[in-house]
Amino acid sequence: MSFTFASKFKIQATKVTADLDHRAKIRAALKSYETARDERKAQYQDWQAARHGAASIKWESLNHLDAYLVDFVTKLSARGTKVFWAGNAQEARDYIVALAKEKRAHTIIKSKTMTSEEIHLNEALRQAGYEVVESDLGEFIVQLRGEAPYHLVFPAMHLTRHEISDLFHEKLHSAPSEHPEELTMIARKELRFKYIQADIGISGANFGIAETGMISITENEGNGRLTTALPKVHVALMGIEKVIPRLSDLALFLPLLATAGTGQQITCYNSLIGGPRQSDEPDGPDEFHLVLLDNNRTQLLADAEQRDALHCIRCGACLNACPIFRNVGGHTYGTTYQGPIGSVITPHLRGLMDWKHLSYASSLCGACTEVCPVKINLHHHLLHNRRNAVASRPDPSERAAFRLFAFLTRYPGLVNRLARISRPLVPFVRVVKPILPAPIKGWLSSRDLPKIARESFRDYWKKR
Amino acid sequence: MNEGKREAILGRIREAVRVAAPRPHEGSGRYDSNAIEVPQTSREWLPSVPLDAEGRLNLFREKCSQLRTEFRFLSGQEGAAAALADLRNKQKWTVLGSHHHPMLDPLVQSLGLETLYVEQHPQSKSLERCSVGITACDALIAQTGSILLTARSAGGRALSVLPPHHVVVASVDQLLPDLPAAFELLYEKYGDNYPSFATLITGPSRTGDIERILVLGAHGPRDLTIILLGTNA
Repeated sequence: MSFTFASKFKIQATKVTADLDHRAKIRAALKSYETARDERKAQYQDWQAARHGAASIKWESLNHLDAYLVDFVTKLSARGTKVFWAGNAQEARDYIVALAKEKRAHTIIKSKTMTSEEIHLNEALRQAGYEVVESDLGEFIVQLRGEAPYHLVFPAMHLTRHEISDLFHEKLHSAPSEHPEELTMIARKELRFKYIQADIGISGANFGIAETGMISITENEGNGRLTTALPKVHVALMGIEKVIPRLSDLALFLPLLATAGTGQQITCYNSLIGGPRQSDEPDGPDEFHLVLLDNNRTQLLADAEQRDALHCIRCGACLNACPIFRNVGGHTYGTTYQGPIGSVITPHLRGLMDWKHLSYASSLCGACTEVCPVKINLHHHLLHNRRNAVASRPDPSERAAFRLFAFLTRYPGLVNRLARISRPLVPFVRVVKPILPAPIKGWLSSRDLPKIARESFRDYWKKR
Repeated sequence: MNEGKREAILGRIREAVRVAAPRPHEGSGRYDSNAIEVPQTSREWLPSVPLDAEGRLNLFREKCSQLRTEFRFLSGQEGAAAALADLRNKQKWTVLGSHHHPMLDPLVQSLGLETLYVEQHPQSKSLERCSVGITACDALIAQTGSILLTARSAGGRALSVLPPHHVVVASVDQLLPDLPAAFELLYEKYGDNYPSFATLITGPSRTGDIERILVLGAHGPRDLTIILLGTNA
């Protein structure tokens, strides 16, 4: 398995990196984001202190997660929410599929939730015979294409309006259009009655408020609001790490998430949901189910060194800043969570040995750590994962290479002599390149071996 | 309830957090206070807000124009009725959606159109056909140009998001300075019995999912109008 994920990554990365159209698309898409984000950040009285404050709140909630979770579910249950604790993806899927069966559902509408991608919920529901419709515009587009989201926050950022127009024309038989506005209206019209028809609405949750027993959902389009307002049953899927202590903490987190995520001061809709429709309210779902998902989060929690990776509010800022993400693209990772944060947490969620190659999908430049609004020590955690992978299963060829290196550095005279002997051989490296063993061949495929100087520095120094 | 899994997961969490993680910037000196009081302190970090009422009103107006929210500051009920009648004629409203509220009732009646009241539990399908949803709210927030409303204050969940135009009527004493104040208000007003739904609305529905180009009216209302009454009506 390890060979498969790593080699897929390599093949895909090589291909996408050479795709200049792709690079131009991503650069164009991120340009306006960067300008808006920087403007917003400049309006803060103290952006760095705000990051630190957010990190401190997340520290507090994660290091006392048991207590905050108990508060959270007690408050939710008191107002009629049905809480389900799912240890893994299978348990979460089974619960939701069983619920759909119990409610005799036909259509299920979903607002954006990366956690549902993590547990492959759509496939499970579709296999069980239900129609599942993604309502976020970007998610709707990638669902029509049968693709995974390209980016945590911008699922369809790899597509141009022309590609989307062709897609809508093919799948929805709409008239071709060059205008993002017209394309958006096609999706709006298509989805309007889905909200009304749907028997179940499924959403994610950006935050869970322990103090009041509410989930907070951040969005721009209004699809999250419709998904949680119209269907008779609302199911929210939330990772256990999303709990924060107080309602007032949102005064900090909502603007931080928006600024880092999309370059807005605050997104268009930030909704709090604390239960099903209450008796004095005119509408809303009759039932509200909250599925709390562990799925190896507790394993990451147990790693005190990397626990802050659970601070993540899924804003996507580290992806946008990452030179690797911008070149290899979101799909290359083969993970639910792309970019630096995905490279850090995927080995914890899905196995270190299968996913350790992502620790090397980094230039260690630290741009991710710098932009992270909750101060996750991202690039250091990539190093921690490398160290842990080597410690748990040392690679004999790597060890031999480092032994050789250690040996040679101890005998500079020997290196000098070897260099002198191999100097005339360098031009032939190009000829024998195709038959060299894998790691050397790979390294040389995009590089030329430098020429060895006629005279070494040591010789030159001696003669002086 | 699946108590078993609950205890298993909580057990794993308790085991995991027995060793505390290093605190953010532990010992770095610069941000040494670990007992940061939020939101009291977050006010000092977030974008600043003028202290005087007029400054706040101007900031709110400015935010609305950036967000493409239509903002009308009017002196009283008659002005508001005239502004609504104007919108009715311009947009050719046919059916209204609204909820009963002392500030809304005379305005809605003055428009003389067929009106669906959410208290009569109209079907979503009928609500969707409304030209406009007219609601009250809990507060307006100058810092962000947002509207705070709840299922209890603004006629449930669908009225303010399903029709293509959302009109909010508020009085000037409902204008709050910033987000911390908005959450304080929620706590003070509903602390012992929260509604099941509250939302902060900041501008008309929007998306940038196609080439990051801004489009208004993605799934929610394309038009958002705020009518602010100068005198407490």
